[in-house]
This record gives sequence, C-alpha cells and structure tokens, in this order.
Amino acid sequence: MHEKYGSSISHIVPLRIYLIVGAALLALTGLTVSISLIPLGGWNVVVALTIAAVKALLVAFFFMHLLYDKKIFLVIFTVAILTLAIFVILTMFDTMQRGRTNPEVARPFKEKAIIYENKEMPTQRVDSINQPPTETR
Amino acid sequence: MESLPERNYLNDPRGWKSWIFTLDHKRIGMMYLAFIMASFVLGGIFAMLIRLELLHFEGRHLMGAQTYNQVFTLHGAIMIFLFIIPSIPAALGNFILPQMVGAKDVAFPRLNLASFYIYVFGAVFAVYSMASGAADTGWTFYTPYSATTNTSVISMTLGVFILGFSSILTGLNFIVTVHKLRMPGMTWFKMPLFVWGLYATAIIQVLATPVLGITLILLILERLFGIGIFDPAMGGDPILYQHFFWFYSHPAVYIMILPGMGIISELIPVFAHRKIFGYKAIAFSSLAIAFLSFLVWGHHMFVSGQSQYAGMIFSFLTFLVAIPSGIKVFNWLATLYKGSISFAAPMLYAFSFLFLFTIGGLTGMFLGALATDVHLHDTYFVVAHFHYVMMGGTVMAFLGGLHYWWPKMWGRMYNEFWAKIAAVLVFLGFNLTFFTQFILGSKGMPRRYYNYPDQYHSLHALSTYGSWILGLGFIIMAVYLIHSFFRGKAASGNPWGGLTLEWTNNSPPPKENFLETPTLKYGPYDYDRPLAEGQGD
Amino acid sequence: MIDPLPKVKEIRKAFMEHTHEHAPHLAHHFSEMEQQRESAKLGMWIFLLTEILLFGGLFTVYAIFRAWNPDMFYNAHKHLNVFLGSINTIVLISSSVTMALAIRSTQLGNRKRTLIFLAVTLFFAAVFLVIKYFEYQHKFELGQLPGKYYTYTGIEGNNPHIFFSIYFMMTGLHGIHVIVGMGLITWIMRKTSKNIFSAEYYTPLEMTGLYWHLVDIIWIFLFPLLYLVG
Repeated sequence: MHEKYGSSISHIVPLRIYLIVGAALLALTGLTVSISLIPLGGWNVVVALTIAAVKALLVAFFFMHLLYDKKIFLVIFTVAILTLAIFVILTMFDTMQRGRTNPEVARPFKEKAIIYENKEMPTQRVDSINQPPTETR
Repeated sequence: MESLPERNYLNDPRGWKSWIFTLDHKRIGMMYLAFIMASFVLGGIFAMLIRLELLHFEGRHLMGAQTYNQVFTLHGAIMIFLFIIPSIPAALGNFILPQMVGAKDVAFPRLNLASFYIYVFGAVFAVYSMASGAADTGWTFYTPYSATTNTSVISMTLGVFILGFSSILTGLNFIVTVHKLRMPGMTWFKMPLFVWGLYATAIIQVLATPVLGITLILLILERLFGIGIFDPAMGGDPILYQHFFWFYSHPAVYIMILPGMGIISELIPVFAHRKIFGYKAIAFSSLAIAFLSFLVWGHHMFVSGQSQYAGMIFSFLTFLVAIPSGIKVFNWLATLYKGSISFAAPMLYAFSFLFLFTIGGLTGMFLGALATDVHLHDTYFVVAHFHYVMMGGTVMAFLGGLHYWWPKMWGRMYNEFWAKIAAVLVFLGFNLTFFTQFILGSKGMPRRYYNYPDQYHSLHALSTYGSWILGLGFIIMAVYLIHSFFRGKAASGNPWGGLTLEWTNNSPPPKENFLETPTLKYGPYDYDRPLAEGQGD
Repeated sequence: MIDPLPKVKEIRKAFMEHTHEHAPHLAHHFSEMEQQRESAKLGMWIFLLTEILLFGGLFTVYAIFRAWNPDMFYNAHKHLNVFLGSINTIVLISSSVTMALAIRSTQLGNRKRTLIFLAVTLFFAAVFLVIKYFEYQHKFELGQLPGKYYTYTGIEGNNPHIFFSIYFMMTGLHGIHVIVGMGLITWIMRKTSKNIFSAEYYTPLEMTGLYWHLVDIIWIFLFPLLYLVG
C-alpha cells in the first residue's frame, strides 16, 4: 500500500525517547526554578535563558522531529531565530548606547509616568493639531 | 486572425459563484488585479489632491491643515498597503508563477483564496477609517502623536494589520510552490528570474510582516490602555516604535522592488531577443537583497535620537545593499548590448525602469550617508527618492509586466500606438513631477508641510503640472486597456516570442494551465540556441 | 457550460492518467501524497516562523525595558506566583508529551489511544488556562493592571505599570494561542473519531502537533523571563 501512494511515512520515534525527553524537560524546569533562588546577579538571566534554550531545543528536535526530518525545516527554524536575533541585537545596540555621547538621553523617557502624578487623570488625549495640546507634562 | 480558445480559465467554470469561490490562481490573480488597480486610482486621487493643494493657486489653500495631513496619510497608506505591496506578487505573480514553473496551481489554493478575502477585508477597514475621521499621522504612524491624536488611527492600523496577514499568506504560498511544485526537470537554475524575484520577496514577506503585526498591536494597545511602551508620557520610548516600524518597513520596500526587478529580468531578454547576462548573479542578488534588507532599517532614523554608533553601523550596512542592485542593473545593460531590441510598450516601461530606478537608487546613497542625511532627512529629497524607486521602479515594472502578460491574461491585445503614447507621457510627467522635488528638497523644503515660503513656489508649481501630465498618461492607459478588455484584437499563445512556460499554452490559458504535461525543451532565456520548430509566433 | 472538444477530452484523460489512481486525500494539483505532505509541513513551518517573529517583538520589548529598569522588574516580578507558574510549565510540557504520543499512536494505527492522548492534551491546556485565570483575577483585585489602569502602590521602581503591561501582553497573546490550539485539537479529535486518519495520512494531526509544540516553546521562554527574574 505504501508503494502505491509514495512513501509518506515518517520515522516513528521510540516511546522511550519521548518519555526521556519529557522527564528531562521537567527536570530542567525544576533546575531553573531552583537556580533562580540563588542570587547570581547578572548571571541569573544568562543561566535561565540557557536552560530555556536547551528545553526549547529538546522540544524542537524530538517532539517536532527536527532531528529526524529533512534539513529544510531546521533551516526555517534557524532563519527565524537569526532574524529575531538581528532585530534584538541591533535595536538593543541603539537603546543601550544612547547615553554614550549625551548622557541625558540615555533613558529618554519619563522616570515617572503621568498616571502616578495624579491618580484620577489618565493619559490626556491630544486634540487635532489646530488646537494646542491641553495636557501638561 | 486568431480567436479566443473556446474553453479557457475565464469561462470555465461559469457563473459568478464559480468566481467567488474559485480556487484557480489565475482567477484569484485577476480579482486581486481589479482591487489593486482600484486602490491605485484611489491613492492617485489623493496624490493629485496633494499636488493641487501645494500648487497654492493664487495663494489659496484648498483644504485645512489637518485635512492635508489626512490626505497625505491616506495617499501613503493606500499606495503602500493596498496597492504596491500586493501589486506584483498578488496580481501578476498569482497569475503567472504556477504557469512559469509548470504547475497546475499554487501549493495551497484555498489559502490563496483566503488571502484574497483577507486583503479585501483589510481594505474595507482602511477605507472605513477614511470615512470615520481619517488618521493624520502620516503612513508611518509615529508615536507619541499616533498614540494620542483623536483621529481614527485604530481602524486604519487594524486594516493594515489584516492586510499583513494577506501578505504573509501569499508569501508562504509562493515559497512552498517554488520549493515543491516545480515541474520535473526544472531545477532551481532553470527557473525564470521572475520566479527568483517572487521567491526572495516571499521570504521577506514572511519574516518581516509579523513584526509589523506586533508593532501595530502594540500601537493599538498604547492608544487603548496606555501600556507605556511607545508613549513617553507613560514611560515609553518613541524611538523604539521607530525601530519596530522600520524593521518591517525597510524590508517592505524590497518586497516592493524585488518582484519588479524580476519582471525586468523577463522583459529585457524577450524584447532584446538575447539571453540574459549573468543569470546566477541576478538570481543570487535577489537573495542577497532579501538578506541585507533586514540589516539597514536604522537609516530611516539617523536624526531620530538614535545613538550615533547605531547610526554609523546602519549607514555602513546601507551602502552594502546597493551592491546587489547594481549588479542587476549592469547585467541588464549587458543583456541589451548587441541585442535585437524591439520598442514595444513593455520594453518602453523596462527602459523607463532602468533610467528611473538608477536615479532613485543613486539618490539613495545621499540618504544612506549619515552626514548628508542630516541635511536631507524629512525633505522633499526623500520624497523624490522613494517615488523614483517605488514608482519609477516598481510601478514601471508593474506596468511593463501588465502589458507583457495582458494578452496572456485576456487573450486580447491592447492598442500599441496609444500604449506607447501613454508610456511616454507617464515617463515625462513622472520626471517633471519628481525631479523638481529633488531640487526642492536639497534647497530645504520639508516634506509633509502644508505651508511653504514663496521661494519654493515655482518648483512646487512645476511638480504639480508634471502630476497632470502623469495623470493624463494614466487616463489614456485606462481607456485603451478597458477598450482592449472588451474589444481588443485576439492574441495568440505567444505574441512576443517568449521562451518561458506560460507562453506555451493558449491565451487565455485553460483552467488547468496546460493541456498536456509540459516538458522543458529549452531554458527560459535560450535565445542563443538554434531556432526550434514552433517557437514563437 | 461549454463542452470541451473531444480531442481536448482525450488529452486531459491522458494527462490525468498517472494520477487517476490517487489516494483519497490527494489534492489535484499535487502528483503524489509525499509531495502534498511535504508541502503541508513546509507551509506549517513557515507559519511557525511567522509566529516566532510575532512573539519575538514582545520579547524584544521585554528585553529593552528590563535593561532600562532592572530594579523595577525585579521588584514587580515578586508579585507573580512562581508556584502557579511552575505548575503551568509542568502542565504545558506534559501536554507536549501527550501530543507527541497522540501522533505516535496514529503512526502506529491506534485510533483509540490517539483520542485518549488528545483528550489529555486538551485537559492539560484547560488546566493551564484555569490557572492563568486565577492569576489574572488576583491581579485585577490588586489593581496590577496594564498601562493607565494600574493602581497598585506596593512596588518600588520606575513605572511598574510597564512590567504588568508586558506581562499581560505576553501571557495574553500566548493565552490566545492556547485557546486557538484547543480549538484545533478539538477539531482534530472529531476527525480522528470519524476515522479519517491512518498511518498513511495524518497530516492535519501532525500540523496541529507542530503548532502546539511551538506554543509550549514560547511558554518555556516566558516562564523564566517573567517569573524567575533573578
């Protein structure tokens, strides 16, 4: 029957692989929660993201079959991650570097938003440009 | 004298329901074409209004200041989102791509129909926003103004968000079609270059458009809830909005130009009767442009308050993206050399493209250089630059493709004499309209300004007169195309002597594209091989 | 309707011949099941790519505002319930396991087991949403709401409403995707119970699985970033 319709059967992953990966994911979850309780300063986020990345790769490679399928799917997944990386890195390069030449624009926004100045007043709407704005900052 | 084949995709199956629920990529393409042309007319009317206003005839204004802001916002948003981004891929690409690769349809015909209806739905939102207090923010919707102005930003951005889905689905469909539905024997390097162009475009569409999606969602939430991401009053950063917006919108301009370049790669070999020079270079340059397009968005933000170091990096990367475009132009020119050139209307548009796109591209260098951009940013120089590349580039290519494939689509020829007249009028009108704007801009006339000092008046007036010539050219085009649609002379299967697969079937083609399984006897540009029997007309 | 000429009919018949004996689920513009299945998978992965970029925008917002306001983020996150967040993580991971097992059962031709695993997956998804509902309700009570509706006063740092804006947007968008996923799983369960799938054809099931695993992957990143700010 398979020969008639062409080979559309993909590799069947053994049950124990799924269960081992599942157990690993749960273990890694426990690990990441535990480590978050230890104060490591800036390293906390690095460790947490690394563990998350490992978990994500486990799901991608085993549950989503990237390990067993043709390469093209892995290419698509990688391209998505790389494009996102370009966006994050170049944007953060700007946001983190702004204060270098002019320290006063390092964080160009209000330290205290207007909702904290007067609890009753939400953001004022700016009327059309033919009228001057009524809000104060 | 030929007559239309009895059974073709237009009359088989019959009935309006067979059109509404069609899964035929050719019918979907033609339905897109109708809406896209309508959007072009609508956006064009707004353009004429802008130029009429800026004429300051007898020193008078035609409209109020806020209305002017709304008019240029609508002109930009309609032209970009309703017309130019879908234009070549959704209308011409849908019709031609499966034929060019020898397939019966795209990979996901139902998704194709869905993407058409999503487009219509998004367009409805955009038009509704026009009627309900049109946005006056500019098509770029910069915060904080867009987060606080009381015009209908939400319905416009929602419309654009919906249109984005249509774009994504079209791109997805094309990528899978090119990977999976090429006929046996058509390897990647035997594909026509239009297919390469559409493929590279589709990659950008699927990667960039989702970021526009999230940007617009964030903007809408900022307006509704004041979430504090983009609005400084709520603790947000307006420059961050620009990063988000331009991460899509810069690759978007390559979504606009790459299919156009693909069309030029088709037109020049056919009308110079010569094999394309540097096939692989052109193919790879399409991919290179797609890749590099994601690295340069900050060049829209040099004076926004972005960090100087980011500005320098983006400026450097911007210069890189000019290289593959230059490679294409040189290859096209080399193809023309010693060619046997025919000056039919499609070729006139191809020549227009070469001239106008080159100007547009070169002026981009002035804008990409950080220092000169400080002077030119937000002036008419920018307006002229992008009209040269978008209109002088993409629209000319679109018109060239439209005329080239017109006989294939309807089985009828248009009036060649009037087509040439229109092409010349469009070229002359375009240059008068927009070249003056380079001068205006470098002399300091800001863009999106309703008022200006008298010293700019004569240039503005010239630009407006140019727009009238341009408009006349388009009116003539509309007349002869509509006439051709109803009463044009019947066209043969291959009136131009093209070698790509769509010219091997009838005009108009049958529903399933090919009556027999197509076979690849020669490459798409093999004009250098000895003449085979039955080639061309 | 215009009748095709007899000669045309003959040519069409010859053209269709090699696809005449086609599998019941083969669409007419494909020539074989393998091509159709690979196309579906390719299309689905491209769609997942767009989802990664959509959520990616929100992750970018998170990264930037956390870099600008590290102390506020630390203080604000303490008001999230790590226990409930961990339970949700375990629930979603388990649902991914059961989803993978559901597909495996179909590959082995076991319809009943497929349905059981899908039902458990659906159950886990519902548990996830219920827990999220309780978390949201708690925040509503305290006034820890996004943007201008924020009224809670107990957090030190600049603009704590931004943290909750980000929290609600990211978990909200993710939650919407969970709901959509539940709809897909329900639809797949109906198809499975009608015996539409087999070891030779289970493409919609496979595609739903891919979608669901991505929903899980997104949460795998959301959880430490929102709940475990060190």
